[in-house]
Amino acid sequence: MTGGASAPLVAVRGLKMHFPIYGGLLRRRVGAVKAVDGIDLEIMAGETLGLVGESGCGKSTVGRAILRLYDITEGSIRIGGTEIGALSQAALRPHRPQMQMVFQDPQASLNPRMTVAAIIGEPLSEHTTLSAGDRTARVHELMDAVGLNRAFAGRYPHEFSGGQRQRIGIARALALNPRFIVCDEPIAALDVSIQAQVVNLLEELQDRLGLTYLFISHDLSMVRHIADRVAVMYLGRIVEIGPRDALYDTPAHPYTQALLSAVPEPDPDQRDGRIVLTGDVPSPAKPPAGCAFVTRCRHAFDRCRSEKPVLQAVAGGHMAACHLLDGTSPTTAGATAASGAPSSIQQGA
Amino acid sequence: MTDATAPRAVAAAAPPATRARGPWRDVWDQFRTHKGALIAGLFLVAITLFAALGPWLWQIDPNALNVRNKDVRPIYTALWDAGAKVSWSHPLGTDQLGRDLLANLIQGGRISLAVGWAAMALSVVLGTLIGVLAGYFKRLDGPLMRFTDLMLALPLLPLLLVMMLLFRDSLRAAFGPETGIFILIVVVIAVTSWMHMARIVRGDVLALKEREFVLAARSIGTPPRRIITRHILPNVLSPIMVSATLGLASAIITESALSFLGLGFPSDFPTWGKLLFDAVDRMADFPERVIWPGLCISLTVLAVNYIGDGLRDALDPRIRGR
Repeated sequence: MTGGASAPLVAVRGLKMHFPIYGGLLRRRVGAVKAVDGIDLEIMAGETLGLVGESGCGKSTVGRAILRLYDITEGSIRIGGTEIGALSQAALRPHRPQMQMVFQDPQASLNPRMTVAAIIGEPLSEHTTLSAGDRTARVHELMDAVGLNRAFAGRYPHEFSGGQRQRIGIARALALNPRFIVCDEPIAALDVSIQAQVVNLLEELQDRLGLTYLFISHDLSMVRHIADRVAVMYLGRIVEIGPRDALYDTPAHPYTQALLSAVPEPDPDQRDGRIVLTGDVPSPAKPPAGCAFVTRCRHAFDRCRSEKPVLQAVAGGHMAACHLLDGTSPTTAGATAASGAPSSIQQGA
Repeated sequence: MTDATAPRAVAAAAPPATRARGPWRDVWDQFRTHKGALIAGLFLVAITLFAALGPWLWQIDPNALNVRNKDVRPIYTALWDAGAKVSWSHPLGTDQLGRDLLANLIQGGRISLAVGWAAMALSVVLGTLIGVLAGYFKRLDGPLMRFTDLMLALPLLPLLLVMMLLFRDSLRAAFGPETGIFILIVVVIAVTSWMHMARIVRGDVLALKEREFVLAARSIGTPPRRIITRHILPNVLSPIMVSATLGLASAIITESALSFLGLGFPSDFPTWGKLLFDAVDRMADFPERVIWPGLCISLTVLAVNYIGDGLRDALDPRIRGR
């Protein structure tokens, strides 16, 4: 499914999104939450990039910042060759149709006072000059595409199940024939049987319409299923990025290893080597000086506390940001993957 | 679930069964299930017709003085007091100057209802506008809310009096005595009563604009003015409705207070509030002069409250159909 085009559809360089913190008597700016702190991404046309990480690491902020729902602090975002990082919201409006978003909570992302037809038709009335009849026809076409009964066009969101609501959200995102869709945890609020339906729908639409996805999720199994490449985020930075199979089979960063070891394993005999992280994610307002993961890393050494690691190639297209990969450290990356201190192994009972 | 066929796509212009009803039909169906609101609605229509058409049915001049027929008791007093002074030409009695109470109630109703509705509408528009602007645009929030606090901090009655004194004569000169004073009273009541509405609306807008459906609208590229009209306003309708019904009540009562202080309409201009206050002195002897205007005010306010309640339910698709 990986696109053969040479130039990526989406190219993000040095993206930073800092939210100011105001404090004190005069409400002066006293600091910033560095939700996203320097991210580089490339997504090829027709590809799905999975973005994983634990809660609060900045995944959703990345998705929203790429669509310029925020005014970004720094960096460049190119979509389809157009630089949108610095455009004003008004100048951005003509570029909106090519990039759309599917939201996490289908209950919250649909206006409770609008009918399904009005919700799906909103992008059409904003960006096209279709007559009312043509718009209704297009809305019905979209409802067919996502598997909703046309007869439900006059109903309100609360009359639908969670999976159906998410289909409404997907139909709205598809209305303007976008090339790039950010799926912000589209399945997190759905129960498991519906998750599969929605993911299959997304895949089917991708095949049919040649869509490009940024698939944000904390469900590693689902990302493995849908993504072509995967990026792992920790505290506002990408710690590892690479082709799906390479990343899942030979994770290079200690954080990725810990994440993958936590994926539930259906076969009880296979359960072993779970790496348990202790402590919490540091505050993004005061990240550690060196590597962001230093406070929880089993292999941390002096250099990690003082120097930020940069992404470096592990294998073709597979990159990780860890000092262990330099070869100067006592343990090498390969050993890291295999090793596991006995104290941190939890046996599945 | 899907049965997409070419003929159906062509026939899409003919709406499916659920659409044929139209959204307002659903609203009316839900409104009808609220018995209180239905009765209140009928009462409000009745009292509005009573005030609007009354002068044609009851053709006594409310200002006609008739000293010989002063202090006539209502006709029903004869039921328990055979010696009472009653007359079929004045079924609700007359006051100490011989003015007919029924004619005054009709004439007073016209003014009170007109002032109440107009002041309420103006105050709703002002309060919603300021609340939405303050809630949606962060830059305006500080200045607008401090202005609201300022208005709230001002003592209301002295402010009303000063405004009446300052603008009464110029407005009278511009629009004539009746229209001038009507405009003045409506405006004065509205500009002193929008603040609570603005605060409630701002709070709701602040919460709403962080909801994902507003974010979704922004990701589509919907400009702020249409986000406000399409997504924000319909969702703050409930608090607006509630404050509006309370606003109508307080507008009628504020108008009464102004009349009582002699700063409302001229003395030959009856309103429900003024009838009430004129009668307070001799309330013990002639309770009907307080009861009838008082009843008109309270029942109107109650009816509007019930209608607001019913409308709020009927306009919310989540409650509809339960």
